[in-house]
Amino acid sequence: MLEHLDISQLSWARGQFALTAMYHWIFVPLTLGLSFLLAFFETLYVRTGNEQWKTITKFWMKLFGINFAIGVATGIIMEFEFGTNWSNYSWMVGDIFGAPLAAEGLFAFFLETTFFAVMFFGWNRVSKGFHLLSTWLVAIGSNLSALWILVANGWMQHPVGMVFNPDKARFEMENFWDVLLSPVAVSHFVHTTSSAFLLAALFVVTVCSWYLLKGRHVVMAKKSLAVAATFGLIASAFVGFTGDESAYTAAQVQPMKLAAMEGLWDGEVNADLVAVGIVNPGKKPGDNMDPFQLDIKLPYLLSLLANREFNSFVPGVNDLVYGNAEHGVVGAGEKIAQGKQAIAFLAAYKQAKDAGNTEAAQLALQQFDQVKEHIGYGYLTKAEDIVPPVPLVFYSFHVMVALGTLFPLVFAAVLFFLYKGTLQQQKWFLRAGVLSVFFGYMASQAGWIVAEVGRQPWAIQGLLPVGVARTQLTTTTVQMTFFMFLIIFTTLLIAEVRIMTRQIQNGPEGE
Amino acid sequence: MLSARTLIDFYVDGFRSMKLGRTLWKIILLKLLVFLTVLNLFFPDYLNSHFSTDQQRADHVLHQLTHLPSGK
Repeated sequence: MLEHLDISQLSWARGQFALTAMYHWIFVPLTLGLSFLLAFFETLYVRTGNEQWKTITKFWMKLFGINFAIGVATGIIMEFEFGTNWSNYSWMVGDIFGAPLAAEGLFAFFLETTFFAVMFFGWNRVSKGFHLLSTWLVAIGSNLSALWILVANGWMQHPVGMVFNPDKARFEMENFWDVLLSPVAVSHFVHTTSSAFLLAALFVVTVCSWYLLKGRHVVMAKKSLAVAATFGLIASAFVGFTGDESAYTAAQVQPMKLAAMEGLWDGEVNADLVAVGIVNPGKKPGDNMDPFQLDIKLPYLLSLLANREFNSFVPGVNDLVYGNAEHGVVGAGEKIAQGKQAIAFLAAYKQAKDAGNTEAAQLALQQFDQVKEHIGYGYLTKAEDIVPPVPLVFYSFHVMVALGTLFPLVFAAVLFFLYKGTLQQQKWFLRAGVLSVFFGYMASQAGWIVAEVGRQPWAIQGLLPVGVARTQLTTTTVQMTFFMFLIIFTTLLIAEVRIMTRQIQNGPEGE
Repeated sequence: MLSARTLIDFYVDGFRSMKLGRTLWKIILLKLLVFLTVLNLFFPDYLNSHFSTDQQRADHVLHQLTHLPSGK
């Protein structure tokens, strides 16, 4: 079947979406995290009356404003891409995503026209209390705005609360609360926002480390660091807990993703967690190649992570592809056969309905309902098609976890040196601190690669592969827009870095 | 009670007193102009531009789902 598919167009369309999403995600986490830091700084100003906190708030608010201005509207592009490159998908999920995306749009509009304006224009023009309230509402509202996007993403990873309407070829929402409170959506939201808080705290560490190295704005830098490192330390704990929950939900609803994250090819009881490893890039399902060239494992911890039990079974790539009767794992081959039946019944339903044969249409619909659970598998050619790129997912996951383990140590060290009063003397630490935001971005982007590449080949888990989700366009069209966006986004990033670094060099006003 | 005049003045004065904000607004407007031009020229909504009714769009997608032998 794959001979009919223009793989290169699909790859370019996927690459384009990845490009726009990853560039968009440079700006968004900083907005989400800095907004709360602003609220903390301003709260300290209002509570203590110390003008230094006001100076600090206004300085970080300026950097927040730059990031917001450069990043605003970069997400719109993805919505347009849905309609152009992914029209089948866009049509099918319109009913599910309509409500969350409309809510997101409303939140963003009201926030930006009211409370953003008060936050930036309202110093000395509205009361301190109202200004503070506006800053808090911007922080809460921005993060709630992210909730709706992450709910939509969570639904794609774990489609619940809906029913497929064969007449409209659409998934229709049956239960809003199931969609909103899906365990995948909740863990995605908390994990993603807490990682954004962490990244913003690292941004403050970067800027303040530079100031301390240069001996400039020392008081402001130390005060900012005290708040940001505390926030970062708390956020790190949340990232850890919610990361564990994300892995657990992946094990329950996306076991192939977890297997790829851990490079687990053959399922095990008492499965070990790979702490460090170099995977064999040529390994394929069903072969006898050793999965790793080198690995260090932590005994039993993968079973604990996946099922909350040490002696439980964790399926590997091969179990999910070929099945494992002993542990009750149904192979992809069986699901593909069932999926093909579902597609055939759907076609029969459509044909009978068009012919006005109500009885035959009803019968086909009943048969479709019995096997529709795995309809997406029916579009795959072979069982091995369900395997995502294991090395990319494995390394992204391990880079994310390694950096996520390092960051709380950085925040703890900042607080320790601040407490001891020796931070400015720790030149080696401050030099490393300047680099911290880049590592934060690396971890953040790696997290998205795990989430999105790890669920391939699915646009909607188990129901719609990316090959069917897309529009039949020419490769050239998608290539052209890919490079166009690459240039636009790179220009925006350069603008952000230049304006931001200039403001950082200028430092806070009136200090 | 906040009058409309006060509210307008709030925004007008806010925009007037901007320094860095002016540059940022220029970037935002330029970006929107480029985005909207690019998006309108190169990103038509495929179903909206090829079909006139929802039923036609649904039929097209259903046809894709039942006849397109696509895979990964």
